Amino acid sequence: MGNLYTSTTFMEHNSHPDYKYEMDAPTHEHDGINPSCGDELTLQLRVEDGVIEEASFTGHGCAISQASADIMADLITGETVEEARRLSALFLAMIRGEELSEQDYEDLDEAAQLKDISHMPARVKCAELAWRTLDGMLA
Amino acid sequence: MNTGTGTEQAAAAADIQQNPYKADFPLLAGRPDIAFLDSGATAQRPACVLDAHRAFYETMNANPLRGLYSLSVAATDAIEQVRAQIAQVIGAVDDQGRPQARDIVFTRNASESLNLVAKSFAPCVLEPGDEVAITIMEHHSNLIPWQEACRAAGARLVYLYPTKTGELTDEEIAAKVGPRTKIVAAAHVSNVLGVENPIRKLADAVHAHGGYLVVDGAQSVPHMAVDVRALGMDFFAFSAHKALGPMGIGVLWGRHELLDEMLPMLTGGEMIDSVTEQEAVWAPVPEKFEAGTQDAAGIYATGEALRYLTEHVGYDAVRAREAALVAYTMERLAELPYVEIIGSPDAADHHGVISFNVQGIHPHDVASILDMSGVCIRAGHHCAQPLLTWLGVENLACCRASLAFYNDATDVDRFIDGLETVWRTFHA
Repeated sequence: MGNLYTSTTFMEHNSHPDYKYEMDAPTHEHDGINPSCGDELTLQLRVEDGVIEEASFTGHGCAISQASADIMADLITGETVEEARRLSALFLAMIRGEELSEQDYEDLDEAAQLKDISHMPARVKCAELAWRTLDGMLA
Repeated sequence: MNTGTGTEQAAAAADIQQNPYKADFPLLAGRPDIAFLDSGATAQRPACVLDAHRAFYETMNANPLRGLYSLSVAATDAIEQVRAQIAQVIGAVDDQGRPQARDIVFTRNASESLNLVAKSFAPCVLEPGDEVAITIMEHHSNLIPWQEACRAAGARLVYLYPTKTGELTDEEIAAKVGPRTKIVAAAHVSNVLGVENPIRKLADAVHAHGGYLVVDGAQSVPHMAVDVRALGMDFFAFSAHKALGPMGIGVLWGRHELLDEMLPMLTGGEMIDSVTEQEAVWAPVPEKFEAGTQDAAGIYATGEALRYLTEHVGYDAVRAREAALVAYTMERLAELPYVEIIGSPDAADHHGVISFNVQGIHPHDVASILDMSGVCIRAGHHCAQPLLTWLGVENLACCRASLAFYNDATDVDRFIDGLETVWRTFHA
């Protein structure tokens, strides 16, 4: 059985998030909350010429919401806004239990690990929090 | 009223290494892979309750109250017998000890029962400037209805705060219950702290000023004999599903003259004496409050659930066994330095309910990892956000293990092993 909690890379994102800090000069900032868990997150981006040069987050919540946010920030840094939106749509589809192509899973990179969350409905909102916040910010 | 099975059987029941009850519960018997520690949310049901539900439809199914044929009379009788049984179980009896069946109102759940009091009784007594006093440990279902009732009447909602270990002191009661207090509403047993509140003291305090006491018994009926008269209650609400019965059946008991005074919350079929083009005359209590066809099979099965709980097992055995289970769980939890108990450190204060947190680990992660080893606990705000805010619990969330007499030492051991796995997962 796929167990996220035993994935060293996943747990590393929770215990040592590289992207959890407050940015100096964000161009975008958006809050996300998950009332059922009390997860709260603020996502910040620095976008220049349509490219996400820097992404970071602050807040608190469960391991799944925190690790998912760190993985997302890592993934979208250096990507165009358009690509970030495509990746976020892919992620949200995967979390809802849709099958993706091999290429799509490759594009999601470490985020593809969260696929198994679709079998834990109570935790879907935790995994989605950062991505929904990103989606709302770029829409 | 409590037909407990005597001290000898209670002593035998307290042997938590043995489990004479599990086999009666099809879900538990069929799932040896799980340790069900969420009975505070809903209990498991014994086979006899499921059989009773089916038997109603197979042998006495007809619409109660309406029919003039014998089958419908049988359905009506079945409901009336359960009313009498419930009255007996909760001590709603007259001076001669006869159960006051007509003071038992069926609803969908304890929430609906409490809403009925807040929406139909509160307007009879609340004036602008009056106060309703509730405890900070109320479940949202005994809290939001009072917010609404106070808002509608221009009354003030005041809170009784316990000590951090969950005790409502005499000083706090004296400070908060006074001449303006028209209603005190309190949980008999807290669904988060597990403490039993001093109901008799609350009753005396509010009655001294001519007010009324409403008690939420959702977490007491499954665990202890209740005596609404001895405890001085004016209203008492509980849900069948936490006491081995089906989901969708709630009970409200009230003092007859108060129920009589109240207007119905819902109107329609089966709750009238007569109807003309412009007016209707309400049926007497309790039918006045029971618009539409009732879940007769559910009510019948509730009767069987209470028979199993109070006669087959017996409250003496339930209490002895749950006390042993809670004591053992608290003792084992004390071995884990990273587990923080919320509320009293004394096992005797936890009536089947133990809330806790694991240092630095979100309760939802704790619950998810425990689930992987088949241990079912609740994590979240437990419908008591004001309590968790007041307690200063991080993330407004905590874990809760709630035990019932059908648990055993093996369930507790699996829970403890699971918590060790949780800790190792985050501290590899």
